Amino acid sequence: MRTSPSLLSLTIDSAVLNLSNIADLSSLPDHIVVDLFLRTLRAGKLNERVLKLFIATGKDEVFSLIRALNIRATVIPVLPTTIKDDEIDIVIGAVRSDLTSFMNEWRPMFSRFHLIIVKDPDLKEELKIPEGFNLDVYEKPHMDQVVGSSTSVFFSGYACRYFGYLVSRKKYIISVDDDCLPARDPKGFVVDAVAHHITNLTTPATPFFFNTLYDPFAEGSDFVRGYPFSLRTGVKCALSCGLWLNLADHDAPTQALKAKQRNSRYVDAVMTVPAGSLVPISGINIAFDREVVGPALVPALKLAGEGKFRWETMEDIWSGLCVKVVCDHLGLGVKTGLPYVWRTDRGDPIASLKKEWEGVKLMEEVVPFFQSVRLPREATTVEDCVVEVANAAKERLGLTDPVFARAAKAMLDWVNLWKSVAYISSSSPAV
Amino acid sequence: MAQPSTISPATLLKDELDIVIPTIRNLDFLEMWRPFFQPYHLIIVQDGDPSKTIRVPDGFDYELYNRNDINRILGPKSSCISFKDSACRCFGYMVSKKKYIYTIDDDCFVAKDPSGKDINALEQHIKNLLSPSTPFFFNTLYDPYRDGADFVRGYPFSLREGVPTAVSHGLWLNIPDYDAPTQLVKPLERNSRYVDAIMTIPKGTIFPMCGMNLAFNRELIGPAMYFGLMGDGQPIGRYDDMWAGWCTKVICDHLGLGVKTGLPYIWHSKASNPFVNLKKEYKGIYWQEELIPFFQSVTLPKDCTTVQQCYIEISKQVKAKLSKVDDYFNKLADAMVTWIEAWDELNPSGAKSAELPKGASK
Repeated sequence: MRTSPSLLSLTIDSAVLNLSNIADLSSLPDHIVVDLFLRTLRAGKLNERVLKLFIATGKDEVFSLIRALNIRATVIPVLPTTIKDDEIDIVIGAVRSDLTSFMNEWRPMFSRFHLIIVKDPDLKEELKIPEGFNLDVYEKPHMDQVVGSSTSVFFSGYACRYFGYLVSRKKYIISVDDDCLPARDPKGFVVDAVAHHITNLTTPATPFFFNTLYDPFAEGSDFVRGYPFSLRTGVKCALSCGLWLNLADHDAPTQALKAKQRNSRYVDAVMTVPAGSLVPISGINIAFDREVVGPALVPALKLAGEGKFRWETMEDIWSGLCVKVVCDHLGLGVKTGLPYVWRTDRGDPIASLKKEWEGVKLMEEVVPFFQSVRLPREATTVEDCVVEVANAAKERLGLTDPVFARAAKAMLDWVNLWKSVAYISSSSPAV
Repeated sequence: MAQPSTISPATLLKDELDIVIPTIRNLDFLEMWRPFFQPYHLIIVQDGDPSKTIRVPDGFDYELYNRNDINRILGPKSSCISFKDSACRCFGYMVSKKKYIYTIDDDCFVAKDPSGKDINALEQHIKNLLSPSTPFFFNTLYDPYRDGADFVRGYPFSLREGVPTAVSHGLWLNIPDYDAPTQLVKPLERNSRYVDAIMTIPKGTIFPMCGMNLAFNRELIGPAMYFGLMGDGQPIGRYDDMWAGWCTKVICDHLGLGVKTGLPYIWHSKASNPFVNLKKEYKGIYWQEELIPFFQSVTLPKDCTTVQQCYIEISKQVKAKLSKVDDYFNKLADAMVTWIEAWDELNPSGAKSAELPKGASK
């Protein structure tokens, strides 16, 4: 025979049904609050307002439950509904082995998408990845299998993520360094970098004329007086470069000189980098339309003393300059600005400085080179453009430093690799 | 490395900067700006009916010019100065004897930053003008010379000194600077986004320069700041600052000078009538489709080494390539030449504006 429920139990059930009318729970005894919390969860009625209600009671048991169950407040904004989750891959290059706190911090933003985690082939330790994600992990043996062991050298260090770009089957890729966490905007809201990158990629870019109110497609903004109407439809945005709070992406000399400086300025803008204008595109926080511009992100410039801290690399800068030149030629856009990520303190810039200056010196050649590249009219595909840039690099920089000759060759190999390995959806229009 | 400016800029430029204000009504708005503007000399250019008296609040040091003064001072050359349009303000640039100019509209007030503090727009413009620009490579952290910022990884060290800044273009909270069609479609839109950045507009990129909140180094670029033929008797209005901005940017690019945009914000209080604006801008909306490609393709010969030479060269190209768009551009090209002649007359001694001794202001 079933015991009839107690009066207390009925009351708690009734409270669960009437949560929307309750404004304050702090007068309840602890054990009742806990019971109510558990029944609320079971009934699927825990939302942000209700969560705040329970937190406001200040009761330790409630907090322990929240921690134990890993309950988190929902994150704003929401992805534009025109993009399907299965069009996006999140590619993480694992330069460190323990990704637990990284993945857990990003869980609210990452968990609905497919992830590709690529392990730096030089990393000896096993990767530690928490449960609950839809992901594929690639390590050196996979690379050897897919591209052959001679070409897998492409993918050491931070460049391991390019393997993820190669094997992805999705349209959009979002990639952040494994030492970056979600940032908060000045109002205290957690920034959903994924949603924001997608918004950047799916709204037009405006590279042909500068809009002084920055992104004209942002809420509350528009084109200013004097902006030609024929240029207001904009072009497709191929690349979205985000920024970094806390540890900004400075080179080793700058970071060493200003050891205490941290970036706390949240600049609330996205803008298109004008056509013809080059920009150092950091790989720390980027997203791109893989179908449109994939082969142009090239793991080519490998410094002799390249290391496992960002200021010991320049591969992303070279890659970004290549992408920008190609985008300018093909009439595609590159945006910069929001979203921010929080880059954690890591490494010693002075130690890196002692190790090598090479990357910083090379930029003196690299930037003028890219500024002078002119792509011929006949180069109408991204692959053709990359080949042209590679040939120009070999010709003009090859004798300056062997690292450039190697980079040029790597670009050509990369294009071939892309043609044979990479999946491009047949429904995407030819560029 | 980028070093922030450690000198207090406001006191430095007290005798080196003129504030140019065009007006047809009154200058009550100056009361709000008093804490920031009072140390400076004002040049007021009175548009419209010269028999009207413009009331200037007490305590300001100023000189005022109306149409009669303009005609008297320039004689026949006064034809290049617009009548019944705020474009007449460029007369103020011409008669100024200072190194720097700040120009502001009489419906622009002091804005507040996100922390609620009043923004000293003039001080920020001065900081912008006194620190270098970086037009050759885009810095993703925007102005590298600001406190708390620097050049990003990948920025070549040889480019980190920057170039002298010729123009500082500020922005507007509340009523944004939209054209008439946009105003008609979005009459209620207000700009509430405070973007905490200053950036250099890259070389080779032109932009729509708004004259509402603008500062420039008169010695470096003054003659290029001609605000064209607008208003009474002209087929077009509200393109004065646009025209000056396109010419200025082309010349800055040629001479290796920088143009910055972003902070400071002012509070723009008055939305002009969109139907009146539409009538004024109507031709401009079509013409700008031709003007932008024209300016994007202007090349100046190497032997144009002064602003005046560059400007005359542009006027020749305007006549050659834009007169087919409308005969107005013939007149405008001629007016551009007249402007330079008038500028050189009022600012003698050599190719650049003279560096006159810093005397006491009137």
